[in-house]
Amino acid sequence: MFDFHPQLKRRFAALRTGAEFFSLRYVRESGQYLSVRKNVAEPPSLSRDEGAMLTVRVNGVEAYAATNDLSQQGLQAALERAEQQARRLKPHALLDLREHAVSSDRADYFSPTLDQPFPSLSDCYQLLGAESAAVPKDERLVSWQVSLGITHVEQIYLNSAGAELRQAQRFVYPGLDVTAYDGNDSQTRSLGRENFGQQGGADVISRCGLVGAGPLVADQALQLLLAPNTPQGPRDLLLMPDQMMLQIHESIGHPLELDRILGDERNYAGTSFVKAEDFGRLQYGSKLLNVTFDPDIPEQLASYGHDDDGTAASKQFLIREGLLLRPLGGALSQFRAGLDGVANSRACGWNRPPIDRMANLNIEPGDQPLAQLIGNIEHGILMSTNRSWSIDDARNKFQFGCEWGQLIENGELKGVVKNPNYRAISAQFWKSLSAVGDASTFKVLGTPNCGKGEPNQVIRVGHASPACVFSNVDVFGGDS
Amino acid sequence: MTTSKAQAESFKALVAGLSEALREPEQFTLSYAAESSAFVRFNHAKVRQAGQVQQASIGLKLINDGRHADLQITLAGDPAVDHQRLAEGLQQLRETLPLLPQDPYLLLNHNGWQSQNVQEHPLPDTEQVVGEITQAAEGLDLVGFYAAGPISRGFASSAGAFGWHQANSFNFDFSLFHENGQAVKASYAGHDWNTEGFARRFQQAREQLEYLGRPLRTLAPGQYRAYLAPAALEEIMGMLCWGGFSAQSIASKSSPLQKLYGGDQAFSPLVSLEEKVSGSLSPAFSSEGYPCSDVTLINAGQGAGQLVNSRSAAEYGLSANGASSDESPSALQMAAGSLAQADILKQLGTGLYISNLWYLNYSDLPAARLTGMTRFATFWVEDGEIKAPVSTMRFDDSVYSLLGSQLEALTAERELLLSASTYSQRNTASNLLPGALVKRLTLTL
Repeated sequence: MFDFHPQLKRRFAALRTGAEFFSLRYVRESGQYLSVRKNVAEPPSLSRDEGAMLTVRVNGVEAYAATNDLSQQGLQAALERAEQQARRLKPHALLDLREHAVSSDRADYFSPTLDQPFPSLSDCYQLLGAESAAVPKDERLVSWQVSLGITHVEQIYLNSAGAELRQAQRFVYPGLDVTAYDGNDSQTRSLGRENFGQQGGADVISRCGLVGAGPLVADQALQLLLAPNTPQGPRDLLLMPDQMMLQIHESIGHPLELDRILGDERNYAGTSFVKAEDFGRLQYGSKLLNVTFDPDIPEQLASYGHDDDGTAASKQFLIREGLLLRPLGGALSQFRAGLDGVANSRACGWNRPPIDRMANLNIEPGDQPLAQLIGNIEHGILMSTNRSWSIDDARNKFQFGCEWGQLIENGELKGVVKNPNYRAISAQFWKSLSAVGDASTFKVLGTPNCGKGEPNQVIRVGHASPACVFSNVDVFGGDS
Repeated sequence: MTTSKAQAESFKALVAGLSEALREPEQFTLSYAAESSAFVRFNHAKVRQAGQVQQASIGLKLINDGRHADLQITLAGDPAVDHQRLAEGLQQLRETLPLLPQDPYLLLNHNGWQSQNVQEHPLPDTEQVVGEITQAAEGLDLVGFYAAGPISRGFASSAGAFGWHQANSFNFDFSLFHENGQAVKASYAGHDWNTEGFARRFQQAREQLEYLGRPLRTLAPGQYRAYLAPAALEEIMGMLCWGGFSAQSIASKSSPLQKLYGGDQAFSPLVSLEEKVSGSLSPAFSSEGYPCSDVTLINAGQGAGQLVNSRSAAEYGLSANGASSDESPSALQMAAGSLAQADILKQLGTGLYISNLWYLNYSDLPAARLTGMTRFATFWVEDGEIKAPVSTMRFDDSVYSLLGSQLEALTAERELLLSASTYSQRNTASNLLPGALVKRLTLTL
């Protein structure tokens, strides 16, 4: 682990520049993606990647250069490119960062169970093959796939103020999906995949529930094929954690990103209905809503000790009892906006610069078990597992769809319905939060696929949530 | 030696080294991707973030006894280091293959095809471009992104195939914001940065911005006549490209166009779509080693060809046509219609002029029913005249309606839209699309 660290430190120490501040962020990443589709093992897709980003500050102007050449000359050349860029673009620079403080922290961070070896490639294929073979034989089951992604990342951050931050992490993404088809409609039911990723080892596969899941997931796909469409009209909406994560992500996470509020993302990812002056004042949701930035749940996908600009991460309430308190803004955005934020300046790799990203963004558990949540609903619907997401560029008007729906009448779960969709407006939706599940309903989930930024970056984010109930939401089905 | 030639020579040296290291009956394919990019982000007409990225990687596939595995390796640019990384990668794959079962869907291209396309138009100096942009945007709230530099792609195989593609390009993708929060989106992209050409494009956006200062109109949910400009139609096409034409998606019933390809649905006879890589900015070969064929995907509203990679070809008994691993188009063209640009507002009459759509997804995938938002310069038009910008609205409608029963006309002029995507690397995809006039678009929120 950190094999390259001594060499990198020597090379960093030998770099020469006229910049008032500079940093180096080295990333080495290896990946393995395995899948078995309809009982046929697909060829493994493996990867090895390493490179470094040099960032300089010259007269308050920052610029970066990323390079795949990690030799002394390669790093020096990248540093010079960045320095030249900073000098030449100074007349056009938006920001003066001369007074912006930098990190001098020194620390290491490791994923849980990193010292335990991961199952061998053969063992992984055996597991995937067994789950694939467990999908029942039914001519309506036309496609199924079991997959496992593993990524190892080592990152070393060094800067001219003396910071030295190392982190070594392992991310695991198990997944299973089954598609049923009746000659007209098709319905897919899934487990894990984009909805479930964690840090750790083989324990992640267990927590995902992949082992033994094939028959159940297949059965649910067939149930959906036979189910009626979701009826249209207002209902109380019970969202399970694997849909709550998407709900949190799109209509709390993105609108609270401070760089969006500052306008950086208006050309691509969009802006926000939240204004800088709303922090400390805006009642974002009902009194039951408590939202945290929490880097301290070890297995959660975006737990870390420091962000990619070297700021120490700690748990913070962004929304407490419904009141908006704090944005998702890293040190630079905090400096620009004059607001307290969190340590969420993150990059997806060595060749992209850190920007404000979600990391672990969670809803704190409430006090009701699932049976009580259901028991208190007269006319409602349970929705589970996101499959469709769409929201406006200010992150306000949204429409989301799930794989699985079940009607709730007079406090009891009733029949399965297909194509469950709902739509609402973020600024109003969270105020309709009427019940929050307790710790027994709380799930730690995450996705590797959050896109944002120019140049574009896709990054892993964690969301943990209990099941939650929202009053009087507009729900509807599909055409099939 | 130019950068392109140096990269091509380095790639050839890696191929030669790999060929020598091969042990009978091993086979390989080796793909190559490199770019050197200037990236400049703008906010409030100033430079928010600027940088430069230099990256190169190879994708090695080793095949032996019906087994195969893929390894992506980042190169360092130093021949000794890169040969060492390739040797280590080869060893890793040699140790991996015996752990795998034979793959019944392995289909290799044994053709030793050759392809070469090098375009080295000189690119403008970044400082000069930034100067032109900030000068043009003086007094305006511009936000945007400039990406430029050379892109290289290569392919070689143990069967003797060799492909090389190199192109210099730039893409300035930007928005101008009115103080009321409304915005117009535009881009200036290509090979030759032309000061006058950029000024013209910028002026067009600036003129549209003036309309956005009018009082905002809020529409009620309902059904409206609408004109979808090429950039808006591109968003719908982007959704259809997400598995729509993929042989595997169609076979596994996860394509949004499964009813079209099954003959149960059709588009308007006005709609013809082709994947036309020849003459486009995309490489003429796939990363798995097949020359890309031009494919008619939809012919006069009826499902026609599919995009087939080698795996699908083997699994479903089809002919591979150079499709990518995800079987999505990279150079989509829709046939032009007959509606003249000058007649768009007149023929629209009263309804919506939609410049862009945003964040589309499926409400019901097998029914090809989509939802999404208006974004950037959407106008309310009455009696052929633009009256007011429209506040952000959500639509929810089937593509079989929008491009089928409700499609009234396509424009005679088409727009070439170059991808501004930079996920992992700068994208070379493009779309050549007309605008579409539809009789009914359903707004829901």
